[in-house]
Amino acid sequence: MTEGTVTNQAEPVAAPATVEGGKRQRSHELNALMGLVGIALIFEILGWVFQGQSFLFNAQRLSIIILQVAVVGIIAIGVTQVIITGGIDLSSGSIVGLTAMVAMSFAQVSTYPRAVYPNLTDLPVIIPVLIGLGVGLGAGLINGALIAYTRIPPFIATLGMMVTARGAAKWYTRGQPVSFPTDSFAAIGQGMTPVFIFLAIALLFHVALKYTVYGKHTYAIGSNESAARVSGISVERHLIMVYAIAGMLASLAGIVIAARGLTAQAGMGTMYELQAIAMAVIGGVSLSGGRGSIVGTVIGAAIFGVIISGFTFLRLSAYYQEMIMGAIIVAAVVADVYRQRYRTSAR
Amino acid sequence: MANDGIVLKTEGLTKYYGGVHALEDADFTLHEGEHVAIVGDNGAGKSTFVRQITGVEQPTAGKIFFGGKEVAFNSPIDARDFGIEAVFQNLALADDLDVPSNIFLGREETYFNLGPFSFLNEKKMYKNSMEALERTGVKIPNLRNSIANMSGGQRQCVAISRAASFASKLIIMDEPTAALGVQETTQVENIIRGLKKQGIPLILVSHNLRQVFNLVDKIWVFRRGRIAGMLEADKTDGNEVVSLITGVKTGVHENASYI
Ligand SMILES: Nc1ncnc2c1ncn2[C@@H]1O[C@H](COP(=O)(O)OP(=O)(O)OP(=O)(O)O)[C@@H](O)[C@H]1O
Ligand SMILES: [Mg+2]
Repeated sequence: MTEGTVTNQAEPVAAPATVEGGKRQRSHELNALMGLVGIALIFEILGWVFQGQSFLFNAQRLSIIILQVAVVGIIAIGVTQVIITGGIDLSSGSIVGLTAMVAMSFAQVSTYPRAVYPNLTDLPVIIPVLIGLGVGLGAGLINGALIAYTRIPPFIATLGMMVTARGAAKWYTRGQPVSFPTDSFAAIGQGMTPVFIFLAIALLFHVALKYTVYGKHTYAIGSNESAARVSGISVERHLIMVYAIAGMLASLAGIVIAARGLTAQAGMGTMYELQAIAMAVIGGVSLSGGRGSIVGTVIGAAIFGVIISGFTFLRLSAYYQEMIMGAIIVAAVVADVYRQRYRTSAR
Repeated sequence: MANDGIVLKTEGLTKYYGGVHALEDADFTLHEGEHVAIVGDNGAGKSTFVRQITGVEQPTAGKIFFGGKEVAFNSPIDARDFGIEAVFQNLALADDLDVPSNIFLGREETYFNLGPFSFLNEKKMYKNSMEALERTGVKIPNLRNSIANMSGGQRQCVAISRAASFASKLIIMDEPTAALGVQETTQVENIIRGLKKQGIPLILVSHNLRQVFNLVDKIWVFRRGRIAGMLEADKTDGNEVVSLITGVKTGVHENASYI
């Protein structure tokens, strides 16, 4: 080991960060970051041209972008992990809706006469939060168990959960919204709290994915499931854990949204699953599994937020915005497919 | 617990995949320190046999004895706990991970035990991987590269180093040199000779009879899911092996391309 040894020693082990693919991985994140800067600059210029004002240097607008990104971003953190295992989670948006309804029903004030559970009002905030997280945990466990044990494609399993959870959200109060939360519950969604929650969650799972056995096995399963299996990884157990985490993060987003809006409606979170997937894929998480990172997804979320609020800023009608969102999702996936193709041909 | 120096023994080992009788009634014995080959035509059941004795699959019928005791491996982890390591025919490596991650996949070194959330000791895994590769004479320019960026030979060498460095009781290689160039093949053969010196028993699945005769003590011949016979390498020749493989008793020409 002459030359090899020298290179290895010259580049000390101090960079265990490159768990999943060294330079290429880092450059994905760097590319995404440059993309973010570029897109923000484009809107800045358009802002001065069409609106005669700055897009970026507007504290109010920035905080709106960040808040928008934060809620769906919490979901995207979970979805990122699912996608790295080679799976997909289409149920997150519906879990948001169901969780919002259920959590809010345990968070109502006693002074409101038509509470869902009139005997269960003014409960300490921890109770609606835990019940809410339990909703996502349950849904995620079902997703994971279906995928791990029946071997049905994640797409189908989570599509079923998407429809079921949305149905359950509507059934829960026969379509009635649930409102009037306690102050302590409402506080979860106020001010910049959602952003702090998002950042804390991002940091937590950044560490988990990069520095723990959990992360290593997540990448290994997405990279080569049979290799993971013969290497002694309990693939089934791990997949269930990943989907359960994704479910709980969707629930957390549901709690935050309900708390922020002071009301819960069964339709909350519609399409959030696609936005979350888009954030992850824009951030370089590969739909074929094995590659991606939380840092990438956070940048992807920021790009997504900038584009959406950029179009709002330019006073584009909401219809255009939805169409553009669709185009962004498709474009991100196409870019991923091209990256894959380049990768396979480069081998 | 008299095991008569027998490391591994199977009795009536059988595996059906639905209607396919991939392996039938295999009685196989491996002694301490012994290096044996398994040969046979494509589809003879060699890989199937390997999968049964490594816990990757569970046999339809039959018994497996390891170190004199009957064992039932429910997963590769069970086999691994017994000191059995295998290099599978289709490379069992995770492409997107680097070399140390692959070598330590499923048995990562950690700092403190927090279950799945234990922190990885990347430093130690890197160092130990370096040593494992050096011991087996494998040269990989940069261990931090993901496996996807490596040649077939380098990948195979990583898989072999992994097995060789963890195997304490038995190592099984399923066609380890099938996709390798001359130099890499020699390297793998040298690793195998090293294992022989260490006294670690080996089962080598190979189509290369020259290699088989160079490396092993005994040759087990599989034909259509059954064990057709066992020959001692120094008491037989290519002709006899080939006629067992094909089931045709007539001698094969001296310079048949198979040899
Ligand atoms: N998972 C499976 N499901 C169904 N049939 C299988 C499976 N694995 C192997 N077989 C069949 O079992 C038989 C034995 O296959 P096996 O892979 O053990 O052969 P082999 O001796 O290793 O061949 P080769 O030299 O080509 O590697 C073949 O007929 C094969 O088609
Ligand atoms: Mg085979």
